[in-house]
Amino acid sequence: MNKNIILYGAILIFGIAAPFIFPAFKVQLSILCILIILAITWNVQGGEMGYNTFGNILFYGLGMYLCASVQVGMFFPLGEWTEGGGEKTFVHTPAQFFQGFAVGLAVAAVVPAIIAGLIGYSILGLRGHYFAICTLGLGVAAGEISGGIEIIGAGQGFTTPPFPNVDRLEARGEFFYFCSFIVLVFTFLAVKAIYSTRFKLVLNAIRDNEDKAEAMGIQTMKYKIIGWMISAFFCGLAGGIMGGLVGYIDSTDVAFDGREMGVFMVLMAILGGKGTLWGPVIGATLFHIFKEGFWTFFLGWQYVALGVLIVVIVIYFPEGIMGWLREKYPERFGEVVDEADRKAQVTLK
Amino acid sequence: MDFLIFQVPMLTLQAVLDGLLLGVLFALIAYGMALQWGVMNIINIAQGDLVILGGYIAYFMYLYGIHPAWGVIVSPIIMYFVGVIIYKLVINKVVDRDLFISILATFGISILFMQLMNFAFGADVVLANSGYGTTMLFDNSVTLPNSKIFSAFISIVFAIGLVIYMKKSKLGRAIRATAQNARAAKILGVDTEKVYAATFGINAALCGVAGALISITFTIHPYMGLPYTIRSFMIVIVAGLGNLPGVAMSGMGLGVFEEFADYILGTEFRIGSVFLLLVLILVYRRFKLSRKREYLK
Repeated sequence: MNKNIILYGAILIFGIAAPFIFPAFKVQLSILCILIILAITWNVQGGEMGYNTFGNILFYGLGMYLCASVQVGMFFPLGEWTEGGGEKTFVHTPAQFFQGFAVGLAVAAVVPAIIAGLIGYSILGLRGHYFAICTLGLGVAAGEISGGIEIIGAGQGFTTPPFPNVDRLEARGEFFYFCSFIVLVFTFLAVKAIYSTRFKLVLNAIRDNEDKAEAMGIQTMKYKIIGWMISAFFCGLAGGIMGGLVGYIDSTDVAFDGREMGVFMVLMAILGGKGTLWGPVIGATLFHIFKEGFWTFFLGWQYVALGVLIVVIVIYFPEGIMGWLREKYPERFGEVVDEADRKAQVTLK
Repeated sequence: MDFLIFQVPMLTLQAVLDGLLLGVLFALIAYGMALQWGVMNIINIAQGDLVILGGYIAYFMYLYGIHPAWGVIVSPIIMYFVGVIIYKLVINKVVDRDLFISILATFGISILFMQLMNFAFGADVVLANSGYGTTMLFDNSVTLPNSKIFSAFISIVFAIGLVIYMKKSKLGRAIRATAQNARAAKILGVDTEKVYAATFGINAALCGVAGALISITFTIHPYMGLPYTIRSFMIVIVAGLGNLPGVAMSGMGLGVFEEFADYILGTEFRIGSVFLLLVLILVYRRFKLSRKREYLK
């Protein structure tokens, strides 16, 4: 227990100090935080519940659009803002900016969760690959449809409010870094708390055998919807921050980017190890390093390298890093191993 | 203005005919999907990208002065080998595993293909002009490009040819036996590994034919693959595996639906409505089955 406190403290201190140690990497670090949040939330859904989804991108993109729309719409007419394109006639004062961003984030978290609750009953009745393909369709459809809606910018995109003029140049990067870091800590602690309750056992029961779980008297649909709502809540938050960070929202390339971000969150969770608390964190960090490496060293060929990476991860590491460690050192994970039994199994092969 | 299409009967007829001719192509791609899904139990997200690659083969023949209709013969031959190579490199490692693994792995292949095609052929929307002209019907109020009629005809020829091949030939029998019970087929001396490779190759070849036809009739672009995958998936789940008339019917139905969605909602919502239709169909089937306490398997 003591060791854990030291570990958590060290990570927390590193997280707070990071933007000052590596001032050039503030945006990268913020994106890393967002990616970790997405991987953790995917893991609630895909790893613990066993419902492999490509559709969390729906909530991410929704959060992005909602946060930006609320931030603009609270003070200025939204239609005129998006119509103006690059030429902005409206400028947020600092107070307006932060107020709008805070309210926007709240909306961006709550509304996707409500939507997840509303569509959950229909969609979560599907299982396995039907669920995966259905959610993939949902994400792409959302992107295509939002690309046709005028008030949020349609095809030409939505420029989020620029960061207000405060005296320090560094302020923008630090603000978004700490936003994403605080949300990350909040997400991690919330998920950790959830994982220590009976709720996680219910989710695992659903993953292992849903019919049996239902036969044991668990109302599986209720728990599945709650699980999805938790996922959607944090996805929306992450999306809202990412929208402000990127500064420009496009329907298919930034917000509902099902072919990139939607697959990345699955891969990050799988690379780290599905169904573990730390797996997505490790997976997302490694994946981000890989991705940035590809972008730096294989410029132009980055997607080719990425495609190969996806295939290699999926075929050769479906259990992920945590799964591999668990197989290697089962005692560390609190599994009781009968040495003679294990040897017998090996010889049987 | 909105529903002009229903007030002018010729416009409706135009949409229906366009949709039927388009739907035959979709059905051909979906047939390949049903084949590999039924035999190997994998869902191939890269299906659409194979189609687009096949289209680029025909387009290149057009660029070098050969009539693109010959692509219908050349493209499947090349694509067969592409399919076998993909099988040997990736697919044979995911055949016996969870379906989700195959979805993700082929998603990786799809991203890879998209980008490679983008490098090789550029990001422009292209089409191979066949120069077939158009047919006018009903006093010039309905126009049908001859290339569309040609493509529908060729698709039907290929589909019927494949059905006969699956019924009569030795490999066809082996494929059907493997689909029924892979283990039993293995015991009885069928080389299932070879059968799987051939199945994936045939699927890729079908995609090649469809791609060549699409490059003649419509346009191709490196990033246009995913909608074709989703369409074929949708057709297969509506029709069911191994139900060939069903595949043809639902393919044509989807084509007509798309044309009407295009007219009524506008072209920018065309792809979106296809994806939404998929969601709606799945949800409908889920509610229908849940009355019997079952779920989609």
